[in-house]
Amino acid sequence: MNTGEKEHAELADVFNKDEARVDWHDETLWWIRAKRDRSVHQLPEWEDLRETASKIKFNVLSNLSGYLEQFEAQAKANGVTVHWAADAKEHNEIVHRLISEQGVTQMVKSKSMLTEECHLNEYLAEHGIEVIDSDLGERIVQLAKEPPSHIVLPCIHKKKEEIGDLFHKYLGTPSNMSDPQFLTETARQHLRETFLTRKVALTGVNFAVAETGEFVVCTNEGNADMGAHLANIHIACMGIEKLIPQRKHLGVFLRLLTRSATGQPITTYSSHFKKPREGQQMHIVLVDNGRSVQLGREDFRNSLKCIRCGACMNTCPVYRRSGGHSYHNAVAGPIGSILAPNLDMRQYADLPFASTLCGSCSNVCPVKIDIHDQLYKWRQVLVKEGYAPTVKKIGMQVMTTTLNSPGIYRTAGKLGRIVMRLAPFAVNNGLNPWYKHRDMPTPPKESFGEWYKKNRK
Amino acid sequence: MRVGLFIPCYVDQFYPNAAIATLQLLEKLGCEVVYPQNQTCCGQPMANSGFEHLTHGCNELFIKNFDGFDYIVAPSGSCVLHVREHLHDEHDEAKAVDIRHKVYELTTFLTDILKVESLPARFPHKVGMHQSCHGQRGLKLSSMSELVAPAFSKPGSLLAMVKDIELIELNRVDECCGFGGTFCVAEEAVSSKMGKDRVADHLQHGAEYITGVDMSCLMHMEGILKRQGSNVKVMHIAEILNGVEN
Repeated sequence: MNTGEKEHAELADVFNKDEARVDWHDETLWWIRAKRDRSVHQLPEWEDLRETASKIKFNVLSNLSGYLEQFEAQAKANGVTVHWAADAKEHNEIVHRLISEQGVTQMVKSKSMLTEECHLNEYLAEHGIEVIDSDLGERIVQLAKEPPSHIVLPCIHKKKEEIGDLFHKYLGTPSNMSDPQFLTETARQHLRETFLTRKVALTGVNFAVAETGEFVVCTNEGNADMGAHLANIHIACMGIEKLIPQRKHLGVFLRLLTRSATGQPITTYSSHFKKPREGQQMHIVLVDNGRSVQLGREDFRNSLKCIRCGACMNTCPVYRRSGGHSYHNAVAGPIGSILAPNLDMRQYADLPFASTLCGSCSNVCPVKIDIHDQLYKWRQVLVKEGYAPTVKKIGMQVMTTTLNSPGIYRTAGKLGRIVMRLAPFAVNNGLNPWYKHRDMPTPPKESFGEWYKKNRK
Repeated sequence: MRVGLFIPCYVDQFYPNAAIATLQLLEKLGCEVVYPQNQTCCGQPMANSGFEHLTHGCNELFIKNFDGFDYIVAPSGSCVLHVREHLHDEHDEAKAVDIRHKVYELTTFLTDILKVESLPARFPHKVGMHQSCHGQRGLKLSSMSELVAPAFSKPGSLLAMVKDIELIELNRVDECCGFGGTFCVAEEAVSSKMGKDRVADHLQHGAEYITGVDMSCLMHMEGILKRQGSNVKVMHIAEILNGVEN
């Protein structure tokens, strides 16, 4: 992700330069959050479903190695080739090898945040292989040469006029054409050509069933089916946490996933893949890439319950007003802020701080991940590991010394209020970030402590 | 009933009226209220910034100040949540646990412990109630829009006892205001935008006052209102429930 060394606060500041756009982004995502609310309130059993899903996933995480072995054995028995990848590099190499073996230089891909996490497209491009993303939103950001800004709605940050310009440039639509119906039809024709001519198709995996060795891919556009059914070889890439124990558990997760994601009762296409059709090859790549490390972090293991619905992003008031790219990670928003530091503490030390800890994310999470509590815990870990800026460290030390002593606290408070009253310019200036968009409180003549001493003792 | 009055540092320094109203209200309702004068801060600013390891001094002070009360009450959901979740004593953890269970946010104390059913307060104004996140989602003061559960509001039930008050509806009933402790300066751009949006929702529905259980959120919104030159004021819920009209 090419955001250089910039941190969330700086990137969010840039995003906020265009306030009208922030309003539009916020309202678009809030509309989806509201749709989610209406949709879940139709199910009186909603909270029971969340609790059940959370427990199933807890069971999975507690017995992950056993379920993985069971899944591998069943998948092999079904005629699927199973690959194991310890990290992103191994994953990319496996996929590259499988494509190369077919003697082709092009592949069609359905949406997979795992491949974003592994930077597969860039890796394959460096090796002379062209990847066409077939999810409409992903195709749009691919044409714009940008990463997705949301795990479910990859181009939610783009307006239809901007998409029209991209299609004009790359797909030959008339200029200034931004009618969604027209643009979608154009994309449909363009992708149909891709589906018909690609020999290798890659899909993600939403749920893999240990009991049967099968897996389910959920899309609203049917693009995973189109790719996989027309290609000679189907590669499915999944994080090892995507397992569920039995087929019957799918009923719980399929009901939760899309209501949480977009407010739809169910995904348009929930495609079940079990074995390759005759003459076809089916491969599954099971990817760790830091997941077993996270599993070993007791405070953060629950983050692996995530089913990638994106509800925490839609509800997050910070995400809605800072944009997905400000998180400079494949998975943005609250859940991304928990997952990213596990991959690289230094690079993502800023993300757990990009939250007010309002807790809405934990409430919408369909598998009840304690997201905001984990953000709080990451802050403690990151500071202890030495990733706090020096200025902040000094400030916190000064604050601690002041607050540890009632005498110093009272004197400092009194002095501070006098300065604010008599020399407001000392605090009302450009060096005070509070003052940029907000006035300071008017300091009272006496503190409550001073009042109490006079009036009650 | 002996109640220890816990006044958060910034309320002590900047909003003594909220503290005075809390004290008077509790006294009016028959509590014996004591304000331990050596209190400073609960340590939340450090803890939420990742420096929980620097809060030992604040914890020690808090325990020293508030040991031995029947209850500890504060006009702040956020500070109470911090004490409830993070107060520890390395020498006597049982004491810390005892205090964690005895500390109450003001409106919960009124509804759940004192079981207040009427108040002699009057406030003839249009008022917007800001649901502060730590009080609402952390201490469960009110139902939350994300959950499929019956609606309730402890502060709302108290405001309903106030004569002539008109509570306004909001488009987003429980959106965060963006204060977030050090977030308000570390993420100034997003924080102030969130505050502007929160204030706009109240203004759009004709609020004359914005109230809530946390002065910190109100301080943030006050800063934005003042910058906009608005006449709309913020007022802690204790001041409305105490019947003081400024």
